[in-house]
Amino acid sequence: MAAAIEFRNVARNYGEVRAVDGVSLSIAQGEFFAMLGPSGSGKTTCLRLIAGFEAPDGGSILLDGQDVTDRAPYERDVNTVFQDYALFPHMTVLQNVAYGLRVRKVPRDEQRRRALEMLELVKLSALGDRRPSQLSGGQRQRVSLARALINHPRVLLLDEPLGALDLKLREEMQIELKNLQRRLGITFVFVTHDQGEALSMADRVAVFNQGKIEQLDTPRALYTQPITTFVARFVGGANVIEGELAQRLRGSPQPFAVRAENVRLRKMDDTVSGQPESQCTRCPGTVMDVQYHGATTRCQVRLDSGELVSAASTDADVAILPAGAAVMVEWPHAAAVTLR
Amino acid sequence: MTAAVASNAAGVFRRAATFLYRRPNVYLALLLIPPLLWFGTVYLGSLFALLANSFYAIDEFTAKIVYQPTLATFKQVVTQPAHIDIILRTLVMAVAVTIACAIIALPIANYMVRYASPRRKALFYVGVMLPMWMSYLVKVYAWRLILAKQGILSWILESCGLQGVLDAVLGIPAIGGPSLSSSYIGMFIVFVYMWLPYMILPLAAALERVPESLLQASADLGARPRQTFWNVVLPLVVPGLAAGSVFTFSLTLGDYIIPSVVGAPGYFIGMMVYQQQGTAGNIPLAAAFSVVPIVLIMIYLQLAKRAGAFDAL
Repeated sequence: MAAAIEFRNVARNYGEVRAVDGVSLSIAQGEFFAMLGPSGSGKTTCLRLIAGFEAPDGGSILLDGQDVTDRAPYERDVNTVFQDYALFPHMTVLQNVAYGLRVRKVPRDEQRRRALEMLELVKLSALGDRRPSQLSGGQRQRVSLARALINHPRVLLLDEPLGALDLKLREEMQIELKNLQRRLGITFVFVTHDQGEALSMADRVAVFNQGKIEQLDTPRALYTQPITTFVARFVGGANVIEGELAQRLRGSPQPFAVRAENVRLRKMDDTVSGQPESQCTRCPGTVMDVQYHGATTRCQVRLDSGELVSAASTDADVAILPAGAAVMVEWPHAAAVTLR
Repeated sequence: MTAAVASNAAGVFRRAATFLYRRPNVYLALLLIPPLLWFGTVYLGSLFALLANSFYAIDEFTAKIVYQPTLATFKQVVTQPAHIDIILRTLVMAVAVTIACAIIALPIANYMVRYASPRRKALFYVGVMLPMWMSYLVKVYAWRLILAKQGILSWILESCGLQGVLDAVLGIPAIGGPSLSSSYIGMFIVFVYMWLPYMILPLAAALERVPESLLQASADLGARPRQTFWNVVLPLVVPGLAAGSVFTFSLTLGDYIIPSVVGAPGYFIGMMVYQQQGTAGNIPLAAAFSVVPIVLIMIYLQLAKRAGAFDAL
């Protein structure tokens, strides 16, 4: 079966800026795919290239094995959930949802029936006669979803769809979107700058930076086996040790990542170590800041060599290490992931 | 002593400031009274004085205004065939000019807002407004020359071998005439030229308020550009269209210079008002005639509202 979406060396420039710089990727049918990256990394441009709102300056884009590089948005079998929802303000909710059928000249009663079905799918049956302006953010989000799904697209594109929602609603919608995707079996391509969202929802994640894909992998692999310093920092929030310190600790200037939860702190005078010396890396430092997060406590430690390292621990005694305390920072050798 | 006075004065100011801060309504009223006085007396007051005159009538023998409320003047306006002719002629012209302005302005405004680069957009805005910075009379008389029998337009058409087309157009009964400058077609062209900016600017403003994402959403859902235009763009710019058309409609209804400089000799409402309050000295009739555009525009706005023109506001 042909890939749902395929990018072949796609490029898109805005003047001097290379928004998308030679991206190649392949998204499988029925996959929940996330494009993750900071703003300006090219992820949204990639989504707009798939939808056809922009044309690439180079390379080609295939949907279901067909080259659609030069096709207009209305000739592509993909639909989009916009970041600002882009609901038509002059139409009712039902008219908004039915729009995709209306422009395809589907008979009126069928438009109505299918639009009502879609509203039911997103649990908004009661609100069909309202105007978008009378809805809450979460409801607009659902209308936008229903409107995009009514044409049964092969691919649904979602542009930061949860960005404008509050935390609780966002978590609910994450679960709902995931369920919906499983149920419909449609390929979802999801753009986000929130790594937690990408990791928890997607089957695979492409991490974008400066117009290029840094790493494309499953969430677990991205988190545990980042291959670049950017991915280690952006996805895992990991400590990246490089340069002189890396040379001193591991005998090679090659950077490496250590995730905060693998870093342990011991008081200087505490001679009892949990792990044998030979399996651990140790360096002395000073606690700069302690942040209590409930399940974990994060400590920012300034190493004597100058680097800032953060340690996350569920160990209650970390909390009583006051700022300014001298500590020994240690992590098992096995926890260090060598980066490119 | 002086120090005490100074501190006393400062205390008064302090108390006044506190007083105003505590009573924002008083503060607001103080700020609003001068402009409201201007608006109420000069603006609305003069309008009211004008309208009041329309409820008087002129004594046929003495040619003096009889200050007794009567609807006789209005009756005269709406029953005399010559007057009805004037009203209908003006109304048809105003409607035609409004429609033509809308049809010409929509693509221009759309281009300015959606496609032009920032530099070109600025250029377009200046271009649209440039004629508004020039003397109105100069433009009207310039048009009379352009449209004259031996004028530049007929010369150009003749050079292109299109004399026949011009003759055919001028041969149309009622709106044709001996030359463009002495026909209703010529008058129509000048009206459209004059009021076009008043249509383009509100339309452009309305288009600016339509987010790009709505157009993309429409295309994304399978609408062709034409469908997007009819289903999304047009309904959303209707308020701008309504605003622009109120301008073009009312300006045409009230104008008296263009009909007297360019076009056929038939009277327009504005000319009637001008003549009645001036040479004829029949202020009540002039006033009654100036009520006609007001009534027509009110009817127009009602129709627009009923058609849902302001729903998206």
